[in-house]
Amino acid sequence: MAGKTLYEKVWDAHEVRRLASGQSQLFIDLHLIHEVTSPQAFGMLRELGLKVAMPHRTFATVDHIVPTDARDEPFADVLAQAMIEELRKNTRENGIELFDVGSGKQGIVHVVGPEQGLTQPGFTIVCGDSHTSTHGAFGAIAFGIGTTQVRDVLATQTVAMPRLKVRRINVNGELKPGVSAKDVILHIIRTLGVKGGQGYAYEYGGAVIDGMTMEERMTVCNMSIEGGARIGYVNPDETTFAFLKRRPYAPAEDEWEEAVAHWRSLASDPDAVYDDVVEIDGSQIAPYVTWGINPGQAISVEENVPDPANVPAEEAALVAEALEYMKLRPGQPIKGQKIDVAFVGSCTNGRLSDLREAARVVQAAGGRVAAGVRALVVPGSEQVARQAEAEGLDQIFRDAGFEWRYAGCSMCLAMNPDKLVGDEISISSSNRNFKGRQGSPQGRTLLASPVMVAAAALAGEVVDVREVLGVKA
Amino acid sequence: MEAIKKVRGRAVVIPGDEIDTDRIIPARYLKAITFDGLGEALFYDERYDEAGNPKDHPLNHPERQGASIMVVGAGFGSGSSREHAPQAIKRAGFKAIIGESFAEIFFGNATQIGLVCVTLDPEDLGVLAEWVEANPEGEVEVDLEAREVRFGRRVAPLAIREAAREALVSGRWDPLAELMEAMDEIKRLDAARPGPGKRGGYRGLA
Repeated sequence: MAGKTLYEKVWDAHEVRRLASGQSQLFIDLHLIHEVTSPQAFGMLRELGLKVAMPHRTFATVDHIVPTDARDEPFADVLAQAMIEELRKNTRENGIELFDVGSGKQGIVHVVGPEQGLTQPGFTIVCGDSHTSTHGAFGAIAFGIGTTQVRDVLATQTVAMPRLKVRRINVNGELKPGVSAKDVILHIIRTLGVKGGQGYAYEYGGAVIDGMTMEERMTVCNMSIEGGARIGYVNPDETTFAFLKRRPYAPAEDEWEEAVAHWRSLASDPDAVYDDVVEIDGSQIAPYVTWGINPGQAISVEENVPDPANVPAEEAALVAEALEYMKLRPGQPIKGQKIDVAFVGSCTNGRLSDLREAARVVQAAGGRVAAGVRALVVPGSEQVARQAEAEGLDQIFRDAGFEWRYAGCSMCLAMNPDKLVGDEISISSSNRNFKGRQGSPQGRTLLASPVMVAAAALAGEVVDVREVLGVKA
Repeated sequence: MEAIKKVRGRAVVIPGDEIDTDRIIPARYLKAITFDGLGEALFYDERYDEAGNPKDHPLNHPERQGASIMVVGAGFGSGSSREHAPQAIKRAGFKAIIGESFAEIFFGNATQIGLVCVTLDPEDLGVLAEWVEANPEGEVEVDLEAREVRFGRRVAPLAIREAAREALVSGRWDPLAELMEAMDEIKRLDAARPGPGKRGGYRGLA
């Protein structure tokens, strides 16, 4: 009999039954909620006269709407204040643990879950947020859901879901110096396309992924959805176990060995059969920058922006639309493109290692944020902020002219005061470059790794971070 | 819950591929604790300029008012999982979307609220879009039982994930009642399985 993938093993262990439609009814081990996509679900429950079935499996935090420049309440934005109050009420009334502002545990939901040890291998994890795929880095099956499904999970601790196919993506070889996990996932999305993952869960493996830290794996899994895959995961290994040990909600010391033995058994079998396998040569990946209005519209920093005249006919309209919106010239180099704003943060790249790497570039480059550039560093959680401050990273950023902020989603999606203005162009360590994503209907976004963002902040334009670090081959 | 077997109505074409949920409903309209009023904010930044004046957008054209079927391109609904996107479309009066392909989460969210999403092959979709542009008064019919889209004298075969089609035509697109039937088994799993901050549950799993 052929072996099984982790996806199949976890799915089978959680399938309560098949529904009449043919979808699986899937038991959910961990449900994460935040203030934007949960209030309507609690409202639906109240209307139906239902209670939260298993409050011990739901955890809440507040991230999208919190201001990152000040923490005083009430917030200037009355709608934001109403949303945080609603979350407090809903969690209090239903006995759900809330990692509130100032608790020391608040932060972006996908940063908080792993750092608290809520996220564990073999779990099914859902959240009303598409970047829930992040938690797949631990060998969990984690995916974003809509608000009606949040209701379903609150009411039954299950969701109705179709079973997906599994694509194995091997990132082979070794990354060159100055190349980040962000570049790996942008390269994968460019290669397979933004729709390439529809109908698939992505299993990432190969020497490059094996050698990554948990934080790097989270960056890769986080953007699975940008490639159309609702789920992305990495098989659990020693790196995973070492990360989780002694985290507050991870298995206790006396159960640890038992838990690890279980987790080990979940990894995909060597003879597992995949619906598709893709090989990527890691040594060919260079630092990436997006030039368009979806994350697949990315090029290495050494390339030129495409010209609609020179691309396949079926892509020409999308390329032309993107260039017009981005106000970029067909065929121009991306290197040297001036920027107005630089943003380091988000669930993709707002973790401690991201801030350390960005700070290292600031120190290597010397000098200050370029004149006329607004640069923000927004830690992904209160814990990340505390650790970064203990290491003096905040001071490195402040001394160089960056703003050092409180934890939250900040400028990734502009549901809080951090927004682009007019047609400002930002270089951002976040995950989406959609039209209007960063808060201005004409705002423009270049996605890149935290080190590329830091380097650009100082130069005032897109530069090759490998030159700043002196590692360019 | 009503069974949704057919949707018939006038249509509007929203041109372009990869239309993401940030465009369908900009994030600032998510700052609310209900879905009320979302219909008016549908495609807001594409329909109105910063002073709030209407732009030249299909949804603003007088002959398209009252349309209940949206014709879109490929990769519709990519990006954020915000259910606000299909909610806004539904609350603006749409009952079905016909496109080349849909993003995974958007498709699931739409189906669960009874908003029908079906695909046509690109050639048929192109013919449909042209026909709709030329016939603002014409009606399009999406027939989930016959698996066809009909317009004018044309009939085009539609595709939709079978589980979704089955759920729609049998009136089970909102699965909550069906999910609740299994509460005993769910409680057994909750007791047996490990959980965050919970002791036990690993024995016998390895």
